[in-house]
Amino acid sequence: MTQPYTTHDYKRILETVLLASTQPLQINELKILFEEDFDHDTLRVLLDELRADWADRGVELVQIAGGWRFQTRSEFQHYLDRIHNEKPPKYSRAVLETLAIIVYRQPVTRGDIEDIRGVAVSPNILKSLEARGWIDAVGHRDTPGRPALYATTRKFLDDLNLRSLAELPPLTELERVMDFADAAQA
Amino acid sequence: MENVIVAGAGESVAVMPPLHLAKIYGEPLPELPKDLYIPPDALEIYLDAFEGPLDLLLYLIRRANLDILDIPMAPLTQQYLKYIEAMRANSLELAAEYLLMAAMLIEIKSRMLLPRPKKVEVEELDPRAELVRRLLEYEQMKAAGAKLDAMPQALRDFQSVSVWITDEVAERFPDVSLHDLQVAWLGLMKQAKVMQHHKVKREELSVREHMSNILRKLQGGEYLEFPALFDLSLGVGGLVVSFLAVLELVRERLIDVTQREIFAPIYVKLSDVAELS
Repeated sequence: MTQPYTTHDYKRILETVLLASTQPLQINELKILFEEDFDHDTLRVLLDELRADWADRGVELVQIAGGWRFQTRSEFQHYLDRIHNEKPPKYSRAVLETLAIIVYRQPVTRGDIEDIRGVAVSPNILKSLEARGWIDAVGHRDTPGRPALYATTRKFLDDLNLRSLAELPPLTELERVMDFADAAQA
Repeated sequence: MENVIVAGAGESVAVMPPLHLAKIYGEPLPELPKDLYIPPDALEIYLDAFEGPLDLLLYLIRRANLDILDIPMAPLTQQYLKYIEAMRANSLELAAEYLLMAAMLIEIKSRMLLPRPKKVEVEELDPRAELVRRLLEYEQMKAAGAKLDAMPQALRDFQSVSVWITDEVAERFPDVSLHDLQVAWLGLMKQAKVMQHHKVKREELSVREHMSNILRKLQGGEYLEFPALFDLSLGVGGLVVSFLAVLELVRERLIDVTQREIFAPIYVKLSDVAELS
C-alpha cells in the first residue's frame, strides 16, 4: 500500500499505526505518515470517522492529552481482570483527597494540602502518586524550607481520559455557598 | 440539642406540605432527626473511617442535618469532645490534630458566649467563620476526591490497546532494484562459467596436453627452473597433471631434469633427442 488514494486507505493506515503504537500519537506525528500535506482539520475528520468505524467494538479510539490512542472500553475491564487475575489497588480516601487538592489547587505544597485536610500528609501518599506518574514537583515556593510545589502531569490526564484539566468535573460551588452565607448574614 | 434542630420549624408551619413533618432552614424534613448524640461506643467503629478532625466534624454536622453556615457550637463541641474522650478512654492513640481542633472548638464557643459590644459590631466577624471556611473547603475537596475516583482510570477501568507486531512484519527488507538483480545474475553466470571451466578440465588436464605445454615452454633449449613449469592458477588438479606430464616427459626422455645437490634448485631442459626432433 505504497500509494494510498481513498479515504478508506487513509483510515486503514491511521488505524494500523495507532494500533501498533504503545504511546498515544499526536496529530503532528500522524501527519508524517502521508506524503499529501494534510492539515489538522483533514486528519481530525479522518480520525473522527475512524472513531465512528470502531463505535461498536470492544476497543475504542479516544483523544486525550497525549494525542490519540486505542483503548479497551470500560465495560470490558471486568473480563480483562479475569484474565489477569489481579486488580490494581484501590486508592484510599487520603490519597484521593490529596490528589483532588493537587488537581484543583495546583501548584500546591505539602503544607497547603495539610491546611485543607486538617491532618498531616504522609510522605507515602505523595510518593505513591509520584510513582504512578500522576504528580511531580514543578518548583519550590520561596518560603522558609523552600517546600516543593506539586502539580499534575500529562500522564494523569492520559490515565483519566482527559484532554485538559478543564474537562475535570467542576468543584461543588463553594463560592455560591459562601455568597449565600453572606446574604444570610446581611 | 433538640431545640437547636427544630429551631427554624415554627415560622414555616403554615405553608408546609402535609407530607413533611417539619422544615429546617427551609428544607423539608421527612422525619424527625434522631439526635445529635452518638453513643461513644458507636464511634469506635468509625475510628478509621475519619480522615481527620475536619472529616469528623463534617460527619457530625451532616448527620444531624445542621446548617454548616450556622453551626450550633455548644452541642457540636460537646459531641466532638465526647468522641475525643471515648478515644482517650480506650487509650487509643489520638492524632494531635484532633486535640488542636478540640481546643479551637472550645475557643470559638467561648468567644460566642462573650457579649458583643454593639458599637463595634461592624468589624466583628463571626468567630465560626474561619472554621466554616475550612469545613467547606475540605468538604469540597473530599467530594472532588470521590469524583476523581469515580472517573475511569487507566489500568483500573480500561487499558490502552496495542497490537502485537510480528517479527516478520517488523523486519526491514532492503530495496531491490532491477539493476541489482542484473548484477547478481551476471555474477552468478560468471561463477557458473568458472565452475564449468573446471568441470571440462578433464580434457584440458590431460597429461599429454600438459606435456606439450611444457615442451613448448622449454623451446629454445634454455634451462628452466622446475617451478616455472607449473601454472599455479590451474589449481591443485592442474599442478598434479603438470607434474605427471613432467614425469611422463622424463620417462619418454624428452626432457632432462637435473639437480646439482640436495635442496639445490631443480633445472629442466629439453633433452638432446627432443631438441633434435
